Amino acid sequence: MLVPPPLHSYTGGVTRVEAEGATLAEVLSDLDRRFPGIRFRMIDEQDRVRPHIRLFVNAALAPAIDRPLGAGDEVQIICALSGG
Amino acid sequence: MSEGVILLVGTRKGAFLYHGDGGRRSWRVEGPHHLGAEIHHMVMDPRERGTILMAAKTGHLGPTVFRSTDYGRTWKEAGKPPAFRKTSSGDGPAVDHTFWLTPGLSAQKGVWWAGTSPPGLFRSEDGGDTWTGIESFNEGIVPGLKEVIGPIPGGAIVHSILIDPRDAKRMYLGISTGGIFTTGDGGASWKPLNNGVAADFIPTPDPEVGHDPHCIVVHPKNPDRLYHQNHCGIYRLDRPSERWERIGKNMPKLIGDIGFPMVVHPRDPDTAWVFPMDGTTVWPRTSIDGKPAAYRTRDAGLTWQRQDGGLPREQGWFTVLRQGMTADGLDPLGLYFGTTGGEIWMSADEGESWRPIVSHLPQIFSVVAAPGAS
Repeated sequence: MLVPPPLHSYTGGVTRVEAEGATLAEVLSDLDRRFPGIRFRMIDEQDRVRPHIRLFVNAALAPAIDRPLGAGDEVQIICALSGG
Repeated sequence: MSEGVILLVGTRKGAFLYHGDGGRRSWRVEGPHHLGAEIHHMVMDPRERGTILMAAKTGHLGPTVFRSTDYGRTWKEAGKPPAFRKTSSGDGPAVDHTFWLTPGLSAQKGVWWAGTSPPGLFRSEDGGDTWTGIESFNEGIVPGLKEVIGPIPGGAIVHSILIDPRDAKRMYLGISTGGIFTTGDGGASWKPLNNGVAADFIPTPDPEVGHDPHCIVVHPKNPDRLYHQNHCGIYRLDRPSERWERIGKNMPKLIGDIGFPMVVHPRDPDTAWVFPMDGTTVWPRTSIDGKPAAYRTRDAGLTWQRQDGGLPREQGWFTVLRQGMTADGLDPLGLYFGTTGGEIWMSADEGESWRPIVSHLPQIFSVVAAPGAS
């Protein structure tokens, strides 16, 4: 998983991390076990991806966290920043 | 010599703490903390000096709460921030931001309350680390309000969570928009308390709910005395009456009685301040005619006096938001307000004269005065 700078406070500055799971949801839960609190920064309490967060799997946009994953898939987290 | 004051300042781009000396003459800044995050409220725990809770949101990373136990030098994120119950359909509400924080009474160790947007009420019993929704309110009261006026710009919020210091089970809160509600059983049940309050934007005459309270205060020495600044006027309520009296009708006609904040004198239930804004035409919400001024009453709203000493005489077009005005509790009382233009003004003589003490901040959402480190 590629973690963007706004979330480095959770990963201790690490930009590339490993996580396990058969879906994006499971991988994010695994990530949260390792870095508590990081999931809620990206996913709201209804399991929706927050409006300014984008999750890409192998460079393709994943609209929801029920997206299945396979071994070795690369998940990239993007913060879609805008405004002043 | 007084122990001084700390101003806890939440802005659109981060948190700042201003430490004043005992005479409130010089101020030392600490911050910014969480630069880039919207900080809607910072409140010191009166039961545990030096402990501060902060409601924060970054545009892309969602809402959370931080806690400091060292006067704001370091912060730790809540383990379970305020969040609504997950619905089976997945289309339930999600907290956009925590807007308001209120500590419990001195006997309620670890208890905090939080108000959110969209409207939600949450309680923590561990000093703000984990939060639980009050379902009697979030699922019993809020859904019934949605049809009254519909969505509003910026989203509706829960604010002014107030606890009767004599009885922790008696509480008041405001929803903007939605109205004022009260509970006598610690939040198990709620009832509206809007009798006598205008709601010009609702076609139904005298609606029971849907009003737009901007800021409600309970007097700490006389908790039967409430004031509130509304979208439609300034009001006073003396319990057990349930009918608000529009004391704003005694304001000068050219000023009107529209504004956001309201502050009471902590030692005098008859003395209170408002900071009027322009609520005419297209609702500009700036200082009226570009001439900012506080207005004070010393007789519970029967008469009002303009207090603009030291403030700009012209071309001052800022707004003071509902959490942007505060009093420090010292004698003489210090008053402070932060502006949407990023300035903080203070008065060390109960509003007779004002001076700027901070400039060049981002838009100020909240200013809360707390006792300094002893």
